Amino acid sequence: MISIWFFIGISLAVNGALILAAGIFQLINPPEQPSVVLYHLHANVWWGAALLVFGLIYCVRFAPKRKS
Amino acid sequence: MTPLLAASVPSRLVHLSPIDIVIVVFYFALVLSIGWYLKGRANTGEDFFMAGREMTAWVAGLSFLSANLGALELMGWAGSAYQYGILATHWYWIGAIPAMLFLALVMMPFYYISKTHSVPGYLQLRYGEPSRALSAVSFAFMTVLMSGVNMFAMAKVMQIVLGWDINFSIWVSSLTVAIYVTLGGLRSAIFNEVLQFFLIWAGALLIPILGLVEAGGWTNLKLQIAERASTQYVHLWSGLGSFTNNPMGIHWTGIVFGLAMVISTGYWTTDFLVVQRVLAAKDLRSAEIAPIIGAAFKMAVPFIVILPGLIGLAVLPVKLVPESVARITGGHSYNDVLPLMLARYCGPGLLGLGVTALIAGFMSGMAGNVSAFTTVWTYDIYRPFINRKGTDHHYVNMGRWTTVIGVLISVGTAYLVMQFASIMDYVQALFSFFIAPLFGTVVLGMLWKRATGWGGFWGLLSGTLCSVSMFLWVKHDPSALRYVALSPHAKGLAQDMYQALWSFITCVVVTVVVSLVTKPIPESQLTGLVYGLTKIPSVGKLPLYQRPIFWAGVVMVVFIALNIIFW
Repeated sequence: MISIWFFIGISLAVNGALILAAGIFQLINPPEQPSVVLYHLHANVWWGAALLVFGLIYCVRFAPKRKS
Repeated sequence: MTPLLAASVPSRLVHLSPIDIVIVVFYFALVLSIGWYLKGRANTGEDFFMAGREMTAWVAGLSFLSANLGALELMGWAGSAYQYGILATHWYWIGAIPAMLFLALVMMPFYYISKTHSVPGYLQLRYGEPSRALSAVSFAFMTVLMSGVNMFAMAKVMQIVLGWDINFSIWVSSLTVAIYVTLGGLRSAIFNEVLQFFLIWAGALLIPILGLVEAGGWTNLKLQIAERASTQYVHLWSGLGSFTNNPMGIHWTGIVFGLAMVISTGYWTTDFLVVQRVLAAKDLRSAEIAPIIGAAFKMAVPFIVILPGLIGLAVLPVKLVPESVARITGGHSYNDVLPLMLARYCGPGLLGLGVTALIAGFMSGMAGNVSAFTTVWTYDIYRPFINRKGTDHHYVNMGRWTTVIGVLISVGTAYLVMQFASIMDYVQALFSFFIAPLFGTVVLGMLWKRATGWGGFWGLLSGTLCSVSMFLWVKHDPSALRYVALSPHAKGLAQDMYQALWSFITCVVVTVVVSLVTKPIPESQLTGLVYGLTKIPSVGKLPLYQRPIFWAGVVMVVFIALNIIFW
């Protein structure tokens, strides 16, 4: 059976990649009027990257082939 | 849409970007995929209702906590933190940690050794059918109401944050839960709850981090709160010496005796919604460790729930008001603080994850209620009282149908919930009705071998009636609160604490008195059910760091330290 931790890895990795992509897009095309407070910290870049790394670690560690 | 809701619709807080919508859709696709993947593993009663009793301590522990991370936790308590300050943390620390450790070390062995399917099932073994019937019916009633609370809260958030129609939100979320629980049973609910636990943290953790950055750290945050509200908003215990010295209008006796000793212990040890997750553990040691893991993470939950409420108090430019006032003025209520903070800090992508975290929280609570309702209906109402001779396959089918019907009843309940002014008061009232006396009955049954069947039944019934009577008394005459809470200065939440305390005491007194005048149950029938007559299996020669008692000690030390730090 596929481990629940693998599903969690997929979820975090996909969400992290999407958030990181959105953050990089904003870095390249900064909005004229930021819609959020503390925009200059670019939280979506580093938070997205952290989720992506964390998710990939889980995906590799609990991949079904390794489990079997 | 009802007139009531139409009147309270504020303009939407945010607009989701395409990337946010992709994240939300991906979440729904993933939870449905998990349900679909697990559908082949829910063919027997043991699989469908008990997840095959093969969950590890980590999975059972995180699921145990996640089932509780519903609307109440995420939105209600953030709103309570805005309204009452750090006092709301009591519901996470003293109002949870000792109870979870008590479940792990004292009560879990009896639940697990008896191999019961449910808490009403334990009552049947210990006290007989009448107690089981009373408990099962009241639990089923409470569960669908709780599920309705979850749905309503989720739909409200979606309405405020995204401008989604409240009916659309209710139906999409409830049908999703119905599909994945119907397909995979408890195993599917547990797997999705663990996934939801991670998403909740991933989506909500950024708010307090960025909030503390904006406020200039904890020390500056406290100064700003003192300026805008009161210094008592950041103290856990120092203002509880009097009803008038704290924003909640409660006394420390209500917190310690009402919340910690009765409501919280009752909830965490006898509410089948959470206990069911631990019963699915693969062995006794895992079942004991699971609540301890849950307790460790429970201590951290205020960081993503209470802290955003406090930060909102300090940094939000608008003043939030009670739900009743918000309906009239069209402003934002206390319960809106978390979505407001989400909109304040989260840009494209992060907003989608934050919204997903809220939806995940609501759905995990809803799935928890539905799966627990299904088990209690099938095993504790349908099988003993309606159809005793069904096959295992028949009961699994009944479980699947009950899941769908339970969801539909919950949808109906969600519309009823809208009639209540405050989500929090409503849920607290429910806890007091059923949980406090149930705890009295279960704990006496486990620890006192002289408790008899009729003692348990009449104790449970009288405790429940006592609670309902006090609720109706105060509802009819609000000045009666001074008698229930023993002070003319007591406020709403104090009522719940004392109401629970009196109903617990009533249950215990009646159980003891009736037991002493009725025929004792032979000790041979109580083996495996009562302390002193049950041999608890040893954990074997495990190193100290693998023993439940060691980790319970660690959690308790951290718990005490936190209370002293924020005294």
